[in-house]
Parts: sequence; C-alpha cells; structure tokens
Amino acid sequence: MALYSEKVMDHFRNPRNVGVIEDADGIGEVGNAKCGDIMKMYLKIEDDVIRDVKFETFGCGSAIASSSMATELIKGQPVSEAMKLTNKAVAEALDGLPDYKMHCSVLAEEAIQSALDDYRKKKES
Amino acid sequence: MIYADNAATTKISETAIKTMTSVMEETWGNPSSLYAHGQRAKELLEEAREEIARAIGAEPREIYFTSGGSEADNQAIRSMAAQGKKKGKMHIVSSAFEHHAVLHTLKALEKEGFEVTLVDVHEKGVVVPEEVEEALRDDTCLVTIMFANNEIGTIQPIAEIGEICKKRGIPFHTDAVQAVGHIPVNVKDGKFDLLSASAHKFHGPKGVGFLYAGKGVRLTNLIEGGAQERGKRAGTENVPGIAAMAKALTEALEGLEEKRERLTKKRDRLIEGLKEIEHSALNGAADNRLPGNVNFCFEGIEGESLLLLLDDKGICASSGSACTSGSLDPSHVLLAIGRVHDVAHGSLRLSIDEETSDEDVETIIRSVKEVVEYLRSFSPIWRDLVNGKKEFIL
Repeated sequence: MALYSEKVMDHFRNPRNVGVIEDADGIGEVGNAKCGDIMKMYLKIEDDVIRDVKFETFGCGSAIASSSMATELIKGQPVSEAMKLTNKAVAEALDGLPDYKMHCSVLAEEAIQSALDDYRKKKES
Repeated sequence: MIYADNAATTKISETAIKTMTSVMEETWGNPSSLYAHGQRAKELLEEAREEIARAIGAEPREIYFTSGGSEADNQAIRSMAAQGKKKGKMHIVSSAFEHHAVLHTLKALEKEGFEVTLVDVHEKGVVVPEEVEEALRDDTCLVTIMFANNEIGTIQPIAEIGEICKKRGIPFHTDAVQAVGHIPVNVKDGKFDLLSASAHKFHGPKGVGFLYAGKGVRLTNLIEGGAQERGKRAGTENVPGIAAMAKALTEALEGLEEKRERLTKKRDRLIEGLKEIEHSALNGAADNRLPGNVNFCFEGIEGESLLLLLDDKGICASSGSACTSGSLDPSHVLLAIGRVHDVAHGSLRLSIDEETSDEDVETIIRSVKEVVEYLRSFSPIWRDLVNGKKEFIL
C-alpha cells in the first residue's frame, strides 16, 4: 500500500499555483520551522472574488499537496465562499490523508483563513 | 533502482537464500528432537554458532540466537539490570543517541526505579571515554554504548570505554548492529561483556540476530519456555535463518578491508558532491564513520518531500525528519549532535554498499542537487533566508 493516495501524489508532484504574488491583497503564513511545516498563501482579490492565489510551502508531501489543493478549491471563488473552506474539504478532495497527516490539511485551512483575515484588515484600514 | 538505505536493511545475499531454502527443504527437523533428522538440524545450529563465534572472536557457548538486534539489546540490558538490582546497583550509563531498542528499554527501567545517565555525543557524534568514566558511580550496573550510530554512522571509541569498564568491573554492552559485517568487530579487542547484532544488516535474513554474552555474564530470560539456547531463550530455533545468518556473516567478512576501502572512496565522493549544495552540512564526523554512511542536513527544505521526490527518481534513502519518524520531533540523533529542529527536519541519510556503482554515486549527487533546488524554489523559509529576513544556520 502506498503512503498517500494518487491525488496526494499528483498534487505533490505537480503542485498547482506555486509561487508568489508581489502585489497580493492578502498574505497569510502559518506553522513554524520547529514543527517542520510552514505554509504561506498569497491572494489577489477583485470585487470580493479570489482572482488569483499562490502558495509557498516548507513541509512534507502531504503539506505540499494540501496547500496545492486548498488553492485550487478557493481560486475563482467569492471571499464569502472561501471563508467556509475547511480542512475536511481539503482532505476529502485529496481522497483522504493518513490520520497522522491530517494536521497538514488543518494548516492549509488556517493559511487560507489567515490570508483572508489579512485582506479584510487591509480593506478596513 | 538505486538502493541507498542499507542502514535500514540490506538485500539478502544469494548464499543466504540458498542456505535458507536448503535448510527448509532438507533439514527442517526440530533441533530438540532426538532422532537423526532433528539432530541434523541441531548440527547446523551448532555449526552456525561456531561460525559466528569465530567471526567475532568469541567462544560458541557465548553466542545466543535471538529474533534480531532489538531483542538482543533488550535482553542484554534487562539482564544486567536484574543482576544490578540484586546488589542494589541501579544506575546505568548510556549515550544520548542510542537506538530506540536501547533508549526505550532504559526508559522502561527508569520507571522501575533505575537511574540512567546519558553521556553527550557532542557535535561530531562521538562519545568521549573520559566522560563515560566520570559518569560511573559505585552503583553503576551497566554501560551500554553503541559501536556505530545507525543514523550518522559515527564509530565510537568502544575499546577505550571497554577498558574503563573492565578496570572498574562494570559490565559493558555494545549495540553493534550497524558494525558487524561492515567493520572489524572482535569481542576481545573491544572488551565487551555483551554485544548485539542483527542478520539483515549484513545481507542475512530478517527476524534473526544474536547476542554475545561473555563467560560469567548471567542472562535473564525475556522469553520463558523450553531449554533452547542453554535455557536463556525459549522457542524452537529459527534454523534456516540462523544458518543463513552465519553464511552471510562469513561472506560479509571476506575481503573486508578491500571492500571497506572501495566503499569509503565512494562515500567520500558522495560527501564531496553533496557538499557543493550551499547551506548544507554533513552530520557527524567525516572521519571514523561507517564506510557506507552519508548523512546531510539541507537548510530550507523538509526531509519527507525530499525522499518522495528521490523515490520518483528511483533512489531509496531515508531521513530523520519528524514526518518520517511519525512524531512531532525530528531524529533524536540529530538533536543530540546539536542540530536545531529547523535544520534537522531537512536531513537525508544515504547508506550505500558494494553494489552501489560510481555511476550510481554521480546519479545520487545530481538527483539530490535537483530536488533540493526544486524544493527550495517554493520554500517560504528559504525565501526568508535568501532575503536576509532570517539568518542561515548552516
């Protein structure tokens, strides 16, 4: 039995939306190097719709796949929809993660929420 | 496939396979049975014991067959703890980077009231004999220090430690799982009282190993039952595995010096090649390490993703990252040599052997360079390091 599902391996080997958005409207970074996972999300938002999203991740295979899948799930979505993204949705879209890797999907959810928070704060100020 | 994980397990040799199958087909009797068919199995068992004893400079009656290195470690430590307890000696000296078979046994003993001192292994991953001596107390019942480390391959000054223990009359055990069959191991030179070894680390089968216990060392049973192994390890003997282990060991020791020299050259080329990767570092001393062991940390990346991408390129290796250990902490060995968490997560162990060609070595170097560069290209840590927001550690 393989460690990960085909979906996880696909997103790990060919991660979608990798990179940086220089003039991002919202940036979120979660995790820490001590634990071995850091995710950074960049959002480009127009008319409250996520037009573009990019990520950078330091972490294991499932952390990279979770970041990639999370960006796919929110790209093109209204901010209100993206805010509803859960770690469960990320894990399910990847055809599941091993139990001890579920925290990777949690981190992906938190990274997106953190970037959305940043966007809201910037908008308010 | 390029197999560079020989410290995890080795490919069983043709000779070992042939020995196993022939024993299973022809000499499958129970060595404890008195009829000739059983006694032939007994003969094979005793021949294997002699062959193994000869290989490490021991007497046949000092060799006890076990299910592998972990059982041998457990039995060695438990035995000396039991002897110590009888005399009110409940202190054990070991090192911070022992195998878990040793460390977890010591943890269990601590719960039973034993005190354990773990000596430092310092930046180079080498125990200092004087520090072992300083750690000894009047109530020390055992010193257990590994022969060579399983992750970073550093060879320990066990002869000096053995000398110190002998002088003080304290039993000395060494986990020689990574050493036996790879570098010269002689129980007389090392002055060991107990030594553990495992067949599958030297091209023998899995699930079999041995414990050397010198004359006068009193063993405690982990497994009670029949009178096998002079009453110290019950259970019908794994005759095919034991016979194959003996053959594999003899084979491993043939031309050992030449093999070691050839392998060391390949290892050093691998180290030299990987050193070209910026902000990387070799773990453990460059000299006095196992001939096939290379262990690096690469800053800004995580080990599991590195392993998966190397696997895609047909390279089998291992890492001390938390993700591969199944816990939140990276390898205790890397932490013991002072690597901080951030860097320890990005470790790679390559353990090569005879079958690794010069071309394989170059392929490994090229592949690791590519994968490290790729993973760094979207690592937020690497970006912060390059932009000067964080300071490089390596």
